[in-house]
Amino acid sequence: MKVKVLSRSAEEHTRQRSNDIHKLQRNLDPTLHPFEKAREYTRALNAVKVERMFAKPFVGALSGHVDGVYCMTKHPRQLDWLVSGGGDGDLRLWSLSEQKTLWATVGHKAMVTGVSSFLEGSRFLSCSNDRTVKIWDPTADSDDYTTTSSSSSTLTATSTSIKTPVATYTGKGAFSGISHHRSDNVFATSGSEIDIWNHDRAEPVQTLNWGVDTINTVKFNQTETNIIASTGSDRTIILYDLRTSQPVTKLILAMRTNAIAWNPMEAFNFVAANEDHNVYGFDMRKMDKAQNILKDHVSAVMSVDYSPTGEEIVTGGYDRTVRLFNARQGHSRDIYHTNRMQRVFSVLYTMDNKYVLSGSDDGNVRLWKARASEKMGVRDYRERAHLEYSEKLKDKFAAVPEIRRISHHRNVPKAIKTATKKKSIMINARKVKEENVRKHTKSENLAERIPERKKPVVGIKK
Amino acid sequence: MTEKMKKDPVLAVVPKYARGDSREALDSVNKLKDRKLKGTIKRREKHFKDAAYKAASAEILLTEEAGFLEPEGVEKTYQLSQASLKKDVDISTAHKMFTLDLKFGPYAIDYTRNGRHLLIGGRKGHVAAFDWQAGNLACELQLKETVRDVKWLHNETLFAVAQKKYVYIYDKTGLEIHCLRNHIEVNKLDFLPYHFLLATVGNTGYLKYQDTSTGQLVSEHRSRLGKCDVMTQNPSNAIMHLGHGNGTVTLWSPNMSTPLVKMQCHRGPITAMAIGHSGTYMATAGLDGHLKLWDLRNYKPMQEYFTPTPASSLSVSQRGLLAVGFGPHVSVWRDPFKTKQVSPYMNHLQPGSAVQDVQFVPFEDVLGFGHRSGISSIVVPGSGEPNYDALEANPFQTKKQRQEMEVHSLLEKIQPDMITLDVAMVGKMDKAPIQILNKEKKEAWAAANPEKATELKFKARGKNSSSRRHLRKSAKNIVDQKKVDLLERIENDKKERAKRRLNNPEEPVTALDRFTGKKRKL
Repeated sequence: MKVKVLSRSAEEHTRQRSNDIHKLQRNLDPTLHPFEKAREYTRALNAVKVERMFAKPFVGALSGHVDGVYCMTKHPRQLDWLVSGGGDGDLRLWSLSEQKTLWATVGHKAMVTGVSSFLEGSRFLSCSNDRTVKIWDPTADSDDYTTTSSSSSTLTATSTSIKTPVATYTGKGAFSGISHHRSDNVFATSGSEIDIWNHDRAEPVQTLNWGVDTINTVKFNQTETNIIASTGSDRTIILYDLRTSQPVTKLILAMRTNAIAWNPMEAFNFVAANEDHNVYGFDMRKMDKAQNILKDHVSAVMSVDYSPTGEEIVTGGYDRTVRLFNARQGHSRDIYHTNRMQRVFSVLYTMDNKYVLSGSDDGNVRLWKARASEKMGVRDYRERAHLEYSEKLKDKFAAVPEIRRISHHRNVPKAIKTATKKKSIMINARKVKEENVRKHTKSENLAERIPERKKPVVGIKK
Repeated sequence: MTEKMKKDPVLAVVPKYARGDSREALDSVNKLKDRKLKGTIKRREKHFKDAAYKAASAEILLTEEAGFLEPEGVEKTYQLSQASLKKDVDISTAHKMFTLDLKFGPYAIDYTRNGRHLLIGGRKGHVAAFDWQAGNLACELQLKETVRDVKWLHNETLFAVAQKKYVYIYDKTGLEIHCLRNHIEVNKLDFLPYHFLLATVGNTGYLKYQDTSTGQLVSEHRSRLGKCDVMTQNPSNAIMHLGHGNGTVTLWSPNMSTPLVKMQCHRGPITAMAIGHSGTYMATAGLDGHLKLWDLRNYKPMQEYFTPTPASSLSVSQRGLLAVGFGPHVSVWRDPFKTKQVSPYMNHLQPGSAVQDVQFVPFEDVLGFGHRSGISSIVVPGSGEPNYDALEANPFQTKKQRQEMEVHSLLEKIQPDMITLDVAMVGKMDKAPIQILNKEKKEAWAAANPEKATELKFKARGKNSSSRRHLRKSAKNIVDQKKVDLLERIENDKKERAKRRLNNPEEPVTALDRFTGKKRKL
């Protein structure tokens, strides 16, 4: 008779030296792993609880501005670099890693309404209500920086002294916004009209106008570099093409648009932060309806910015909160607030996709993590694998009520909570009323339903 | 398809690792209108398919192969005795065949989940825990009272013993940790390792679940079928099966006070029960001399065998062998569920000593059994799973690994309310109509927020005037002028009220009395 019996030797199944790693034999046979789903669910539940436990997004406040911070800009190439403009004409350059001012000046006699950086060096532009646009070069003030061994220059001064701009351009009226071309020495300013300036000319090279009294903001598309988007105080969004010097589209919304951000990955998409508490995503090729509506703010949205991946959106609102959205979803995935943060007028997503910045009325620039519970710094392989696994599990069980409840729960200020509640009651009441009207209208008089995404669009001109 | 399989032999193994039917899922997806959702689901299905394929192709890494007995010529496997088998096996396997002659029998036995440690409990109070392969004794106790059953808890550091009256928990040194006074006269213990639940059933007929991680008594169910000494768990869904004196088997979860399923299995009392590793097959034995094999998916009998004397104990091995202990015999059957077997796979006789408790050792080709005069261990080739998963149950576990696994298993403890007949239910959408869902939600809310029983207080109105309070508070035996005055005043008030009432019988005594319609006495 042939006989075979299982017989394992300890040497084969255990490590030989204490320095070796343990031998872990695996067998993926499902019968050896009972309750697979229940255990995964438990892990997902733990993961989501841990995530909420470690959700501490606030990194630090950059204080220095005496008045509110109304505009900020990041550098397309330098991660550490941030310029903010204050309500009293104060301009500051910050080092984000050290969280301190590198360079500061009182650049304008009135509120700084826009700052914009461009690829070349560490120069930046600022515009103000005092009818000037100035180009600044923080590294040029030789007494204020020391050159270190590395090729980059380190700036050390923090005193707000008067510095001389590299160039000054004077316009006809107050400027409300500025945006620099991606590669050329061209920038656009907004005010009573849109002016296109060349660095080398004292006068605007081009003036664009489409019957609007005031333009609020202007934004160059950084991919399709000749397209400009602007918003007017008459509730319009106008797109211009510099190659034809012609306006492309004029879109009229129900309420005023405060800010615009172009999608850095999909050049034809942009989002518009609206006064009606929503952010509208548009495709510039078919503007007759919004591609997406980002809801959740309970007051006007003042500022918006895309993450460099184009997948996430950060918004700052008049309701004193910063909200983070998945660009393809309709509701915010997170809300940031502090006791001391006032109305948020400018937000930015940093170029490493890891942090967001908010500049608010209280004069502080705040640095937040883009993912509230993310652990910063180096993670070893096992930790990373574990986090990825937890992430997948959370995704798998995201719809289970218990997990959804925990992951969606946020402690928000009472004002926001009551406002949200009130808003939802009002919206629901409006919906009910509309439905009731429809119910009691003869079918021949019944107007066609307007899709939710078409509702904000009042008109479009080409 | 077969051509494909010839080219890629992994494809034949893939179904074993597949979760659910992907073709069915894709069929339903194709009916969807939402293209985005369609894409997401299709992508996900592809991931599942890839995962199953990868798991199947990882089979190449499994080092061990299962044991077997292959008869040559006229040889029959059931004629092979342990003594002759001993000559053909290696020395370490030969060491696994042994008999311990112990005086305190009959013995109940239990192996840990990794098959490394053995716990024995003699009816007369002898309990011993040891690493049976290395021969290291962890502890030996003489409890001096009846021991009915023993059970390891989540690992080899703790075990439970069902003693004369209560259940006790001991640690590996033999120190008594807990006495579970809720569990009275327990006959059978079982432990659900992923839920940390100790289940007991005994003479009282109560099935009780105790959470060994928090110490809570999770639930107790009255079986209403009298004394019970047959209990086994379904390892795939943690449902407890109880075998009763009237021949029924009842299936229980901690969440229902009534059995989930009742099966009439035998005409006499049930004596033994065992459930296969995959949870699809159940074997029951009764005093009627039948041994029946059931399919737990439709609760129907598959095969029926006879035992010469009623079987006292059953056990199903990881690879589906069925061990039957009857009288002094142990017979092992191979593939008894799907096809009717005519002869057993192996036979063993323990002369003069009735078998009490048989149990296959996980990950070993060994069958252990407790009998009247001790415990024995015999080799049954092909019974154990050759390849263990070290993250689930590791026979070569170090102390550190054990500690780490303990922490992880506690973190991943499945809540008792997740025990259901269908394990795939977790995370599935509840497709019940909204009315039913709402009703359930309401009930759950009501259960979580019980209404406080507000007792109706009898308020004696007008009994607490300031003068009365003064009278009540002042010493009873002292009569001073003030007190006399007060008593007089109260008396006068009373008289005046009576007079007023007499003059005007319609006047209400209190504001609310106008609604009563009845005249109130003063």
